Amino acid sequence: MQLPEPLFSRCIKPLVFALALLPLVLMGFGVWQDRLGANPIEAVTRSSGDWALRFLLLTLALSSLRRLIGWTQGIRLRRMLGLFAFFYASIHLLLYLWLDQFFDWQGIWRDILKRPFITVGMLAFLMLLPLAITSPKAMLRRLGKRWKTLHTLIYPLSILAVLHFWWMKDAKSDTSEPLIYALILAALLGERLYQRFKA
Amino acid sequence: MMIKQTPDLTENDTTPYALYQHRREFLKFLGGAALLGTALPQRAWAKSAFSTDETPTDFADITTYNNFYEFGTGKDEPAIKAKTLITSPWSVTVDGACEKPGTYTLEDILKPHALEERIYRMRCVEGWSMVIPWQGFPLGQLLKRFQPTSKAKFVRFETLADPKQMPELKQNVLDWPYTEGLRMDEAMHPLTLLATGLYNKPLLNQNGAPLRLVVPWKYGFKSIKSIVRISFVEQQPVSSWEKANAREYGFYSNVNPTVDHPRWAQYNERRIGEFSKRKTLMFNGYEAQVASLYSGMDLRKNY
Repeated sequence: MQLPEPLFSRCIKPLVFALALLPLVLMGFGVWQDRLGANPIEAVTRSSGDWALRFLLLTLALSSLRRLIGWTQGIRLRRMLGLFAFFYASIHLLLYLWLDQFFDWQGIWRDILKRPFITVGMLAFLMLLPLAITSPKAMLRRLGKRWKTLHTLIYPLSILAVLHFWWMKDAKSDTSEPLIYALILAALLGERLYQRFKA
Repeated sequence: MMIKQTPDLTENDTTPYALYQHRREFLKFLGGAALLGTALPQRAWAKSAFSTDETPTDFADITTYNNFYEFGTGKDEPAIKAKTLITSPWSVTVDGACEKPGTYTLEDILKPHALEERIYRMRCVEGWSMVIPWQGFPLGQLLKRFQPTSKAKFVRFETLADPKQMPELKQNVLDWPYTEGLRMDEAMHPLTLLATGLYNKPLLNQNGAPLRLVVPWKYGFKSIKSIVRISFVEQQPVSSWEKANAREYGFYSNVNPTVDHPRWAQYNERRIGEFSKRKTLMFNGYEAQVASLYSGMDLRKNY
């Protein structure tokens, strides 16, 4: 299936861009109007993390959709959605560094070393960083074959990101939400494994 | 100066909630009014020596940001879902090593006790804190009425676990009923409170109505809500959180900035309503009152 080309490039793409900004707008509005409950800092930290994870999974879903229903246009949204994953992950990290740790680098370093859920979260971000840096077309051309190899980092980093969420919620004996993300990720990665073995 | 008595009013009627947060101004206003000879309701609660002078957290925050897993694991959920909890009639079963076991109605439980106000800090194990003006009475006063025997070394508490009133029970997040425990000397400590109200209003369901424990020097989850059973036991009880994850939630769970939770540091906390974090105080700032309970104990091992 394909959408008519003008519809896709003139409407769908800008619409997806606008929708992807919506969580940020809602967070900003919530802070401004004090509608985020008793602990707004926790609320925006959680929300930005949720959205980073959601955009990661959406990015992964686009190539699955191409293989499963033949929607090739979606691939052209992949860079944008991947960059939104990076965008929300950056906000999430910044909120932790600033409003949770107040840039106490010693404390942050201790956290990274001592707390597995922080360790894997930080690792996931460090792996996402080169993907964002090499996202422009010029970088793709310059890196050639190595670009594709580099970008397979999205698989391990997605696993680490889900693990980060899981281990955080596990402390509260409440893994029902991360379980949903884990199942979706398993399906997306499973589909890739299936394609590989089929070939 | 004569102050007119109004015995048909309860304390709840005397300090309008909206004025509570400006209690000092309100008192000045009352003082002025009394001088003018106007018949006005009397003073707010006498200040307890155990109360903190810190500004109480907003009523809205205290009543909408709750951990009460029987009504969902989201902090906003109990305020929405706990309406199904029926708090009247209510009874508490008392059993185990005591002379006066039995099932007591809430009225029986409360009747002999004069309520007092205690403004306590509350530190959650998750790293946030509040200041809450509770109304209640010392737990020790109640426990004495049941005449615990020499075998009573610990007190075990249970929250109601009725799937009809608490639909989230089927999620099995914890091993219901929610169970907590205190050592006998902790339970008898004058700081340990049984609360029936906050901000001069009866407890809302999400805060553990109609009867809850408040142990201000321990992490908040020790302060068990909506109590239906009190048992005097010889062996140290296993709390629900200990059962779920003993490595992360110990029996004592005293607030301790030097002993981290395995997944996060405990040296500081976010006071709800504040932007910066505060340093967490040993025993949540009640060290002078309670440190002697634990003298000689390794608090790193007995976390």
